[in-house]
Amino acid sequence: MEALGQLAGERRITYDARGLAEPDAEAPRIAEIDGDKARFDARELTTRTINLELRRLLYEEGIGEVEIDNPMSRHSLGVGILRRCKITFNGSLGYFGCGIIDGPEVHIRGRVGWSACENMMSGVVIVDSNAGSLTGAAMRGGDLVVKGRVGARTGIDQKGGTIIVLGDAGSMTGFMMQRGRMIICGDVGAGLGDSMYDGTIYVAGKVKSLGIDCVPGAWTDADTELIERKFRVYGLGTPPEFQKFVCGKVLYNYDSLEPAEKKLVI
Amino acid sequence: MCGIAGIIYRDGVTHPIGEEMTRMLQSMKHRGPDSTGYALYREAPNGGLVMRYKLADANTSRDFEFEDRLRRHRWEVESRLAALGATIHQVEEETPYAFRVTFDFDGELKLLADLVEDIPEAEVLSLGKSLEIVKDIGDAESVHDVYGLSRFQGTHAIGHVRMATESEVDIAGAHPYWAYPYSDVAVVHNGQLTNYFYWKRRLERAGRRFMSECDSEIIAVYLAEEMSKGATLEEAMHKSLDELDGVFTYIAVTKDELGVAKDELAAKPLVLYESDELVALASEEIAIRQLLDHEIETYDPYEREVLVWKR
Repeated sequence: MEALGQLAGERRITYDARGLAEPDAEAPRIAEIDGDKARFDARELTTRTINLELRRLLYEEGIGEVEIDNPMSRHSLGVGILRRCKITFNGSLGYFGCGIIDGPEVHIRGRVGWSACENMMSGVVIVDSNAGSLTGAAMRGGDLVVKGRVGARTGIDQKGGTIIVLGDAGSMTGFMMQRGRMIICGDVGAGLGDSMYDGTIYVAGKVKSLGIDCVPGAWTDADTELIERKFRVYGLGTPPEFQKFVCGKVLYNYDSLEPAEKKLVI
Repeated sequence: MCGIAGIIYRDGVTHPIGEEMTRMLQSMKHRGPDSTGYALYREAPNGGLVMRYKLADANTSRDFEFEDRLRRHRWEVESRLAALGATIHQVEEETPYAFRVTFDFDGELKLLADLVEDIPEAEVLSLGKSLEIVKDIGDAESVHDVYGLSRFQGTHAIGHVRMATESEVDIAGAHPYWAYPYSDVAVVHNGQLTNYFYWKRRLERAGRRFMSECDSEIIAVYLAEEMSKGATLEEAMHKSLDELDGVFTYIAVTKDELGVAKDELAAKPLVLYESDELVALASEEIAIRQLLDHEIETYDPYEREVLVWKR
């Protein structure tokens, strides 16, 4: 063990945006705690120590509301938070922000990079500005509201929950979507809903092109109720007119053939 | 994975772009620790030419004759420049194997580059009136320290951190790529070109040389070829979206312009910040934040977007 300790002591550990270069880091314990609320400045911290401090406050101190200043676009912040709480980031996040969360209400006062809220299970995330590609990838539940524009492949493999985008969305939005709802207030790029299995996509702006097996859907009162409720809950004003898109269910994976029969057909 | 970055100032004065690009690239070291490269722009003194070339790599095996061979090859380069009629002003030894030469020359640059590269192991990294390409193995801080980039004041720059996937970890495989034999054009690229061999054969038949097995080298030469036929940088980049196949985001730069292009799948990331003073772009916003300490408004360009800025 001593030899291992010596080896560890000799390691040249430098700053790494992913936080992987700090295996022995500890929570810095710098937050100011006021009852059920806490706040700390992340400017001089590394990715790993920011997350350690956040987890310490939520899980060890039992704090219900945490505010983090100057996240400085670092990656992987607020990941894996599995309890009801409120988190506010006063600034932008980098990639993989707030992934695999289950329960928190997160407010990001800035922008987020690629793969924000990937595999989100429940809770609410509000992004005040733009988001990168793969926003809400494989999301399973909760609401994700982006007040700016989003990149390509938003809601790829989405399995539940609601993604609301007030601006435009890039190409392949809703690619391989399986369940859930997506409400896009701006224009969307090529290949909307390509290879989607299920779920519903609402678009208020222009659609550059539909992807394979994505077709216009029949509007119902339930659609109106859903959109009006979401706009009311998040204070988004009067909703615009939307078009509805669903899966046409004509691709091979919706046929009634058994695997052995498919071989014969092919 | 690789990481790319670019910065161009619009205020008409020089800035410490060597230092700034280092900070941007070092913050993206996790995207590619194998090698780091810079294409830096500033006016060459007295309107002359500046050439950066290398005679070996940091990891070239050092046999007994290594140093002697370097000396002979360096003498051979300078002799050939003089024989062509070039007036050499200064030769700087950046490392034992990488050199920077400033000189006056009125002749054909292709001939000059070909004569230099005819010397065993010699490669012209850049040649032009304002472009200087610095690239080597290691992270940005290492390359910055070895090549003294803290002294570099200029108007615009691009940079690259490389995670080697398809070719060797050496200087030839590192970005940026100079658009041989056209002066002052360089490219950094994140992605893969799937019709690389088609374009390599086609451009080789047109007399272009490729010093690496890296697909990215194609882009620089392709753009320069199009520009030599009269296309603007922006027109050449738009055309490349139809003619280059694969997933890519690349940044191309000339002595006055910096442009970015994304493929039709928008598969490779790029974050963009634009203000009246400067345009900064990088694979990750964390790189741009190394220059700007306050919250900034950024966005990801969409698929098939080509954006070009002038300094």
